[in-house]
Amino acid sequence: MINKKSITICMMIGFLFSPITMADDNRGLEIAKHRKAKDKGWGDSVSSMEMVLKNSQGEQSTRVLRMSALEVDNDGDKGITIFDQPLDVKGTALLSHSHAIEPDDQWLYLPALKRVKRISSRNKSGPFMGSEFAYEDLNSFEIEKFTFKYIKDELIDGESTFVVEQIPLDKNSGYTRQIAWIEKKRYIPLKVEFYDRKDSLLKTLTFSGYKQYDGKFWRALSMNMVNHQTAKSTLLKTNKLAFNIGLTDSDFNQNILKRVR
Amino acid sequence: MKPWIVGLGIGMVCFNSLAFEFNGQVNLEHRIFFEDGQQGQEKGQSSIVLQPEFYWGFHGGNTSVTFVPFGRLDSMDDQRSHFDIRELLLLSVMEDYEIRAGIGKVFWGVTESIHLVDVINQTDAVESLDGEDKLGQPMLHITSVKNWGVLDAFLLPYFRERTFAGKDGRLRPDPSVSTSAEYESSKEEKHVDVSLRYSKMLGDWDLGLSYFVGTNRDPYLQSQDNALIPFYAQMDQFGLDVQGIVGDWLWKLESIYRNSLDEQVSVVSGFEYTYVGLLDTQWDLGIISEYLYDSRGENLQSPYQNDLFAGVRVTLNDAEGTEVLLGVTQDLDDTDVYSGKLEASSRINNQLKWRIDAWIFDNSTPDDFIELSIDYYF
Repeated sequence: MINKKSITICMMIGFLFSPITMADDNRGLEIAKHRKAKDKGWGDSVSSMEMVLKNSQGEQSTRVLRMSALEVDNDGDKGITIFDQPLDVKGTALLSHSHAIEPDDQWLYLPALKRVKRISSRNKSGPFMGSEFAYEDLNSFEIEKFTFKYIKDELIDGESTFVVEQIPLDKNSGYTRQIAWIEKKRYIPLKVEFYDRKDSLLKTLTFSGYKQYDGKFWRALSMNMVNHQTAKSTLLKTNKLAFNIGLTDSDFNQNILKRVR
Repeated sequence: MKPWIVGLGIGMVCFNSLAFEFNGQVNLEHRIFFEDGQQGQEKGQSSIVLQPEFYWGFHGGNTSVTFVPFGRLDSMDDQRSHFDIRELLLLSVMEDYEIRAGIGKVFWGVTESIHLVDVINQTDAVESLDGEDKLGQPMLHITSVKNWGVLDAFLLPYFRERTFAGKDGRLRPDPSVSTSAEYESSKEEKHVDVSLRYSKMLGDWDLGLSYFVGTNRDPYLQSQDNALIPFYAQMDQFGLDVQGIVGDWLWKLESIYRNSLDEQVSVVSGFEYTYVGLLDTQWDLGIISEYLYDSRGENLQSPYQNDLFAGVRVTLNDAEGTEVLLGVTQDLDDTDVYSGKLEASSRINNQLKWRIDAWIFDNSTPDDFIELSIDYYF
């Protein structure tokens, strides 16, 4: 009796709420699509960056790296990251062909051995260079990687934002969900919260120092990731950034790894 | 165009500017052997290694010269104290072609325990036991990068003899290997070798096919008047290397057919499986296993005729980049024949790193050791 009753109640609640949920799903997806569309057409870019890692005692270590990226229509972007510091990994380069749904292809170049190693992209939930950024946090934003749900509007730092829940579809993701605060005016993220596999708050990423490129594309030159469970943090600063360098597909093949500087 | 973009050096930008870079490393290494040597050698062996790198880039990196001299000074073994030019290479990139001329290093292959298809450079065997340190090889190397794949062609005008531990050194056969080598070719080290390699990425798979004709890099050690004389024969070699991702598994295969003083087919094949986030930590645990086969059976030339390599790699994913690798190679025909290695390393700061390498062997040699190193990068 109790079972039947509770099922009936559940069905009723489900019936009551499902149209609203669908509307919120649609709205979440619409916001994400709009965000992606506003950023479409950036082409290619090169940047030089610095990562400042801070542990719970406040001790710092720094990484210096350069990235080049290529926008790929209807798929994930391509990118090469070259490490300059720490000096023991100087010249190490990571090539990644990211995909919207399929697992990414990744290769690592080890300069001492002159060896190109294919690496399993399954470790996307693992830390990037010992930092608080996971590999997946640095990937390009692709609609196909998530389901979206609009939650509410909220004012943060005087800016009105959409609060959108993003649930990763990849079973290898380190997150059950992410909550993103998307600024309404420019459709750019101001803050993202990451929830771990046990669904407790793991990290908060805040974007600042937004700058516009080509009169169109907004990029946050400062991204600070704070891990609430370990009290460690990583600040990713973009020191230089330029678009439309003229990079093509051939600048992102495996062979290029053997001569990147 | 902003000048720093040229400094990013990912090709493309044609600029008549000169970029110069200087960096390198100094290592202090100390080996502690657990027992005295078979010929009464001491337990301690210290070394200092210097390897600077000079780089000049022109035209936004499309033309460059790299110069990497190398030197080791060893406290025990005159033969281990040696100097080499690891690289003195002119690189020129023209659209789909890359031309490299000078002294260089090339790596082919996919497996971890042994490198069968990797045949361009001679092994600098006094450096380490994993065979991954190589002597600089004089070469003309042309690479063509096309939609149908990458083709590498090599002309190798000068041969380098393998280095071996000297009379005073450890980790050597008894008697020690002579420094006066013999050759099959009358041109000796001036024999011009030729090699081709084709490689292609096919979705989740990487494929390589290679051919080499010229002086066999692996010497046949021949007993003569209480000495071991390295004999360098001519050879033809066909090589195949394949690796692919299937789910969470990375599968690897290397195989060669070599026709030299003797005929051989060798295979090494296995997998690497990485378990991410071990026990709710940031640690990764990699499991590596490879099977090694050589058609010639057990002899001095082929210790891995029917062997199994098993290893675990723990990556801490910490700010120091700490890594530990533990591996064992076991002869499946003879349980008494095995070797084990441990490699561990971690960063101290932006410029310093420590390393520990240790090897244990079966009872045939008393050369089990642990090596402690401090590497300074500048």
